[in-house]
Amino acid sequence: MPINRHALQLLAPVVSNRRLGIYHQIVLEVGDLVRTIKPGNFIAISVGGENSKLILRRAFAISRVHDRGTLELIVSPMGSGSKWLCAQPEGATLDVVTPLGTAFGIPTESVTALLVGGGYGSAPLFGLADVLKDRGHRVIMALGASTAGKIYAPIEGRRSATLLKIYTEDGSAGDTGRVTDSLLELIEEFDVRVIYSCGPMAMLEAISTIANQADIAHQCAVEESMACGIGICMTCVIPVKNAQGEIKNLRSCIDGPVMDGEAVQWQLVGEQL
Amino acid sequence: MTLDFGTTLGGAWFPSPIFTASGCASSGKELSQFFPLREIGAVVTKSIMLKPRAGRPTPRMAETPSGMLNSIGLQGPGIDAFLIEDIPWLAAQGARIIVSIAGETAEEYAVLSRKLRGVFGISALEVNISCPNVENRGLVFACDPNSASEVIKSVRSIIGGDLPILAKLTPDVTNIASIASAVINSGADGLALINTVLGMVINTETMRPHLGGKTGGLSGPAIRPIAVRAIYQVREALPNVSILGMGGVATGKDALELILAGASGVSIGTASFGDPSAVIRIQRELHQLLQDKGFQSLKEAVGFAHRQE
Repeated sequence: MPINRHALQLLAPVVSNRRLGIYHQIVLEVGDLVRTIKPGNFIAISVGGENSKLILRRAFAISRVHDRGTLELIVSPMGSGSKWLCAQPEGATLDVVTPLGTAFGIPTESVTALLVGGGYGSAPLFGLADVLKDRGHRVIMALGASTAGKIYAPIEGRRSATLLKIYTEDGSAGDTGRVTDSLLELIEEFDVRVIYSCGPMAMLEAISTIANQADIAHQCAVEESMACGIGICMTCVIPVKNAQGEIKNLRSCIDGPVMDGEAVQWQLVGEQL
Repeated sequence: MTLDFGTTLGGAWFPSPIFTASGCASSGKELSQFFPLREIGAVVTKSIMLKPRAGRPTPRMAETPSGMLNSIGLQGPGIDAFLIEDIPWLAAQGARIIVSIAGETAEEYAVLSRKLRGVFGISALEVNISCPNVENRGLVFACDPNSASEVIKSVRSIIGGDLPILAKLTPDVTNIASIASAVINSGADGLALINTVLGMVINTETMRPHLGGKTGGLSGPAIRPIAVRAIYQVREALPNVSILGMGGVATGKDALELILAGASGVSIGTASFGDPSAVIRIQRELHQLLQDKGFQSLKEAVGFAHRQE
């Protein structure tokens, strides 16, 4: 199958840009392209304008899409690129490439799915939750962050979840502790068959260990810094074991961002293969 | 008046002077989603080695002002898989192909040449003797005229007259013209200038080198003046040798700058990371610019900055 076969480069108008606590919710108009976007796919956006010293695109997980031809991003204005993006007014146009990368697989038989997000890594899980619920699956969500302000859990996003658990390390919202602390209990209590996760690498690694113990599937959206987002620069690699048992550096932009948590060799990330 | 946009590099003819740069287009499949590969001058494939190679550990990338450092370390499938999977696919697209090769010893380059000699659909070889992302800087053959010559001689002896050979050089030397003379005298038909410039970023949070490989190759518009200088100097020293220029070209105007300095072709590298249609856009912009300036052929513009009058 051709790589990124639905991907297009286009100019997308900013429909709205709202501050939500420490994050920005940015809605872009991409027209019919929304029909080809699946939960887990990402968008690569050119930042900084024409005379910018920022030469690389920024990759963002797509939070959700709307039938009216718009897509939604949750952006944390941390670096110079994301700050520029968060400063774009309604009506500005952005040079975007989307949809890119792999998508979350949706089970064919009705199951209970556990969606685990760290920080604004929860963003793409809300679009996924809608799709899972529409296809007749039960959705449990567990979101964690260091503090309440870093939890992203919009009211309208909660509708698709039967249960939403929140964890903060400082106890400022939900249970005190890490999102991974009580995953095993949640898995047993709700007879969870698949975990979907998005967030920091350490969290994904911890979830992989738990999914292994519980012997259930784990699809995670990995994050490694990318220069291109389309598979040509080879910077965003992650060590993954293939069906033959060989460990290879795979590109998280093309072979990911959604990967099988069990196949990712977390202990080898950042090591020489 | 139509512009003659064709060019020749080391005897090989191409309908356009705009190419991909090795290591910035993989083997073409990824970019083919954004434009037909047959419409550009040629695809220069990512430097291929004898054996499959995992490359360096992450982080492999750091963005810098108007540039980036990379530390990939020649990750690739190895020549055998490349010949089965990539070359026939590229040929089927109608793309012209320049294969870039890299090795750890002169002998390895010779073995690679033996495997490539006679393969259908290849227009030229780029012999990458200047990748900065190797464990031992001593392996950068292009830093020393003798080891650079040794590699080129071994490739030439295998290839014979079958394919043009372009030697890819680093600007990280005291006198690039002397290295260029050495490889031309050893049998290279042309030169590819320039490879990335060795650099380093230190992460001020961890207070250690940011890249897994510690050092990396600097590319992007930040290095364009270095490319223009290197091409200009080599053209001055070796006016009859064809040069495939590269280094931070992001617009048609940038490409024209390298051509005026002496490049007969221009490879687009890092610009493709920020804009997947950069290669085809730059080709269009350059074509228009040459016409606007009244050139009747690309060839008239090559080295035009050296004119005496």
